Amino acid sequence: MDFDLSYEQGLLREAARNALSRHKTVEAARSALEDPAALPDLWPTAVDAGWPGLLIGEEHGGAGLGAFDALLVAEELGRVLAAVPLLGLVPATAILDTAGDESLPAVAQGELRPAYVPVRPPGDVESGWTVDPRSGFARPPAPHATVDGDAVTLDGEVAFVPDAPGAGLLVAIGVTDAGEPVAVAVAGDAPGVTIEPVVRYDPTRSLGHVSFAGAQGRRLDVDEIVLADAWYLAHALIAAESLGAVQTCLEVSVAYAKERFTFGRAIGSYQSIKHELTEVLRQLENARGLQYFAGWAREAEPAQFPLAASAARSAAGHALDYASRSMINVHGGIGATWEHDAPLFFRRAQLSRRLLGGTDDATDRVAGETMAAATA
Amino acid sequence: MDLNDTPEQAAHRQEVRAWLDQHKAQAPPRSGSSEDSGYIDARRAWQRKLAEAGLAGVTWPPEYGGRGLGPMGQVTINQEISKAQVPGILDVIGIGMLGPCLIAHGTEAQKSRYLGPMLHGDEVWCQLFSEPAAGSDLAAVQTRARLGEDGTWTLNGQKVWTTNAQFASYGLLLARTDADVPKHKGLTMFIVPMDADGVTIRGLRQISGEAEFNEVFFDDVVLAEDAVVGGVGNGWGTALTVLMFERLTIGFGSEGFGSSAQLAASLAADAAASVDSDVRLRLGEIVTELLAVRYNGYRALTTLAKGQIPGPEAGLAKVTTVNAAIGAGELIADVLGPEALEADSQWSYMISFLPGLKSAGGTEAILRNTIGERVLGLPPEPRLDKGIPFSELRAKEREAVA
Repeated sequence: MDFDLSYEQGLLREAARNALSRHKTVEAARSALEDPAALPDLWPTAVDAGWPGLLIGEEHGGAGLGAFDALLVAEELGRVLAAVPLLGLVPATAILDTAGDESLPAVAQGELRPAYVPVRPPGDVESGWTVDPRSGFARPPAPHATVDGDAVTLDGEVAFVPDAPGAGLLVAIGVTDAGEPVAVAVAGDAPGVTIEPVVRYDPTRSLGHVSFAGAQGRRLDVDEIVLADAWYLAHALIAAESLGAVQTCLEVSVAYAKERFTFGRAIGSYQSIKHELTEVLRQLENARGLQYFAGWAREAEPAQFPLAASAARSAAGHALDYASRSMINVHGGIGATWEHDAPLFFRRAQLSRRLLGGTDDATDRVAGETMAAATA
Repeated sequence: MDLNDTPEQAAHRQEVRAWLDQHKAQAPPRSGSSEDSGYIDARRAWQRKLAEAGLAGVTWPPEYGGRGLGPMGQVTINQEISKAQVPGILDVIGIGMLGPCLIAHGTEAQKSRYLGPMLHGDEVWCQLFSEPAAGSDLAAVQTRARLGEDGTWTLNGQKVWTTNAQFASYGLLLARTDADVPKHKGLTMFIVPMDADGVTIRGLRQISGEAEFNEVFFDDVVLAEDAVVGGVGNGWGTALTVLMFERLTIGFGSEGFGSSAQLAASLAADAAASVDSDVRLRLGEIVTELLAVRYNGYRALTTLAKGQIPGPEAGLAKVTTVNAAIGAGELIADVLGPEALEADSQWSYMISFLPGLKSAGGTEAILRNTIGERVLGLPPEPRLDKGIPFSELRAKEREAVA
């Protein structure tokens, strides 16, 4: 039994923390509220650190590491709200690597940045492959795919695709007339591809509405299970980012609760504050346990990865919502103003919860997976 | 990350499993009434077998009948016993918490007299700490032990929440021996024979109607000089040893309550419930919490395997488990309706038991205080009882609310 970071994983996390500490990412997040262009370009940092190739095999120039390593990096990004396009990149490289795609060396070197175009795999209630809509509750079907040998033509739209703006390669999923999902690598600038950048509540989150109108790409030869895996990998990553952000919310709130005095006492001595912060810690610890579960399951017990990643997303999404609200509560009025960092974490929480199917969809998936396992 | 055993653990697991395979047919049922003396005798006999096979008290030093293993050795045995679907030892409190305290603080005479019969189930022990007015604030115990001129002690007072008192031979009791010093200082730990004159045991019925706990009354119970454990006036330190082992014992208990598989199977069997979005969301949240506890448990075991003791944040697992299980009971009763509450429902006991479990081993509020202070480093609440002789405390407390 050794359910802990390895020595190398500890180093990877520390290196990520150090690399990010050279940039004032939280200050940049505040400036971006007024001018999204104020965000620093952290891609060179990511490339220097080798993050593009984390999940790419060594034979293709990558590091050949596991999902858990990518989650550790994502956690560090979340701690400081760093706008590094890992959420789009990592699931894309997982598909590309399994397919042994020709783009891998360029991707691993950071010369070509891919973005995963998320498609939700069927569940026990909804039987089709679906995508996030621009607005509303109904989930549109995945783009339509017409396969002709190795070439695939895509038609359809996917809204709120993480890290799509500026991506050189889109790793998309289309569904054929026969209902079969296929993975497609489409150049970001291919004819028929439109990426409409959208800046929403949290400007550190790069998003784009991606539409395909007769866009051609090459088929990536992977099983359906790999397409589903990419969806869950994106869930695990957004969970890890959230977990990192919770950590910062807790540290900042605890520090303030020790130095702010009312009625002659530090406010952290009052049970109302203490218990709220302990609840943040409880949710943080739970999210961390589930991050470990997700990282472990993807390598050792892949059949459990959908459950693990969904549970991790559910727990971390709730934890960040709670932690960012607590951060505002503990700081009082100032916590709700732009003078403070709390709004930046609150914005991160509220937008993240509603991407990639939303946190509640992950919670629902936990229920579906558990009922299926219990009656199998 | 690796959930597999080390070669050493694997060998130990193999040995335990082989013994259990060979002997599990002789095991009594896993549950039975604590008021049924036939069942209790069968459990004693099973404990004796486990002890003789080296499967009980394995963390105790060899000279007292243990095997000197680390806590992982105990965890392996617990896992295999649970897998074999047989009961474990009867006297979890004695072997897990009180025996280790005697080993740490007892005299040689006490160790050689009591540890053997405890390990073999011949003499079951109970923990006489909590009182009606001393629970979370345990150092407020009022049970008095007065020293007589002949060197004997006379005990008066009341204890409560005493598991196994009905059939215990001995209890480890925390009593006040000096009320004129601050409350943590005037305490002493005693060994009390449960059949002594003046000891009265009364079952305490819970919501479910069962009496798993007891109240124990002491009226002029006379204790010999050698009943003291760990020295007169050192009771608080001795009690802390027990509480540390209690944390280890509770922390590695079963996942039994609100088993997510059982809950999910019940809900999936109801076609309307299995597709209802509210039911699914509630189920998903409960399962997520229970999964978090399971995988954080593996993190805590890793800490143990490295020879460290998990910190107080392990108490958060108890908060999560109890609340998730309460949610599970709520959900199942909402889906099944009134039948879920009936005594013959598989959920009834859990639904009735959990509201009390929320306070067991320290209330949720006290756990959150401890964790907030010890893990997050938040300042403590101001307290009125510091440095004040226990005998003056009542008056101070009354003054504060006047």
